[in-house]
Amino acid sequence: MAVIELENVAYSYGGGELLSDISLRLQPGSFHFLTGPSGAGKTTLLKLCYGALIPTAGHARLFDTDVRTLERDDVALMRRRIGVVHQDCQFLDHLSVADNIALPLAVSGRDTLNEVANLRELMGWVGLKSRADALPPELSGGERQRAALARAVIMSPDVILADEPTGNVDWDMSQRLMRLLIELNRMGKTIMIATHDLALIRAAKSHVQARVLRISNRRIQLAGADL
Amino acid sequence: MKAAIFSITERFQSIAVGDTQADRVVPPTGFTAWLTLFSAGAMAFLAVFTMALSLATDRLADRWGEELARSSTLRISAPQGQIQAQTEAALRVLETTPGIASARALSDDEQRTLLEPWFGPDLPVERLPIPRLIEIIEDGDGFDAEGLRLRLAAEAPGAVLDDHTRWRRPLVKAASRLRLLGWLALVLIGGAMAAMITLAANAALAANAQVITVLRLVGAQDAYIAQAFVRRFTLRGLVGATVGTVAGCLATLTLPSTDIAGGFLTGLGFVGWHWLWPLLIPVMAAVVAFLSTRAAARRTLRSMS
Repeated sequence: MAVIELENVAYSYGGGELLSDISLRLQPGSFHFLTGPSGAGKTTLLKLCYGALIPTAGHARLFDTDVRTLERDDVALMRRRIGVVHQDCQFLDHLSVADNIALPLAVSGRDTLNEVANLRELMGWVGLKSRADALPPELSGGERQRAALARAVIMSPDVILADEPTGNVDWDMSQRLMRLLIELNRMGKTIMIATHDLALIRAAKSHVQARVLRISNRRIQLAGADL
Repeated sequence: MKAAIFSITERFQSIAVGDTQADRVVPPTGFTAWLTLFSAGAMAFLAVFTMALSLATDRLADRWGEELARSSTLRISAPQGQIQAQTEAALRVLETTPGIASARALSDDEQRTLLEPWFGPDLPVERLPIPRLIEIIEDGDGFDAEGLRLRLAAEAPGAVLDDHTRWRRPLVKAASRLRLLGWLALVLIGGAMAAMITLAANAALAANAQVITVLRLVGAQDAYIAQAFVRRFTLRGLVGATVGTVAGCLATLTLPSTDIAGGFLTGLGFVGWHWLWPLLIPVMAAVVAFLSTRAAARRTLRSMS
């Protein structure tokens, strides 16, 4: 069973078709890169993958359930199984970094006090233990991305979708983030990363078996051997 | 039905007990907080006065109604030489009429006092052809007015019975209208408060659109997001209305107490157990805040999907 499946999906907005006839299956434990020029529809495709958008044609299935049959609250429950890392991170700026990372636990009704050890371990894993009490605006670009990654994985989701996670960081930090994502994949998580950074993809492919998908002219295709 | 009541009770419990984690996800927004507190306080203050006015109207109507219902007046209009004889004949009839506790003719001094507001204190009542008035006090069941009129027509043809029905009816009608207007005003105050709290809640929801987006991104369900706003606004409504109610009650204490000379304008405060009525105002304000914020939150969250 694919964890996320798009079948002949199209998505239109404002009269124009952004994506057309997209078919995609994310198998458990697989690693995908999604690439293409800016404005090609990478973010839109990711949003279709976590139920933030409903296809205007075709079928999107999350864990074998068609998103059209899901109520808003059902989509929320699905999101607990899909960790999302945005390029702009999207934090609550009035909460500390630790509180932001623990937010998925709080909204799912779990008592964060019982999860302190896990939270501390996770913050150590992303290298933010010393920044637990800082506010998000006080973090650097790399720290923000690592905090966003920690928040995405705290519920131990089956899938992690990352939208340009290395867009605002230098090369070393990009490599560090990629190592974290590859480590998660080795733990069995399904990963899909949208990026236009081909050098990053090339560097990662030497460490992980990844499929590279390219969006071009509103359609998706397997990237060539140059990647 | 039982399940629905249980669910509502649970919701109120969750609001009273709270969820500190849920509370913290929404940043405190200064102007909507003050707007809600002020609206609830001002409306509660007005509600106290409206309630006091309604209850005072009720009491006044009861008092007037009772006083007028228990007494009647007999007027003896006869030629000067027959007034005394007809007065005595009428008193004899009244003494033997069932339902009359007592009857007595007003003295010249009492009649002068009654006329004093119109003619001044030096009116020579004894030399003027003024009808003699007999005050009748009824007992518990009252008397048969039509039967008494027939008997008086035979014994004292100059006697005219006024059982105050024509005075009582418009007073009772006016009192019930005033009471109705009072309750209508309370409903309008509740509606105005709901409208203001809805506006404040909408402003808070709009100002926190980014917070809602983030909460949804991390898997928050609508009930969780709505609760953070609903609890906050309900508590603000409760606190604001409590302050307004206390201020209103203190203000009613400064009103003059019942005074005959003051007539309608005195005795507008609460009396006895009526002081318990204002306790309902903060509770009702909290219920109004809860319902209006919940409706606003649901509407906003639906429109943001």
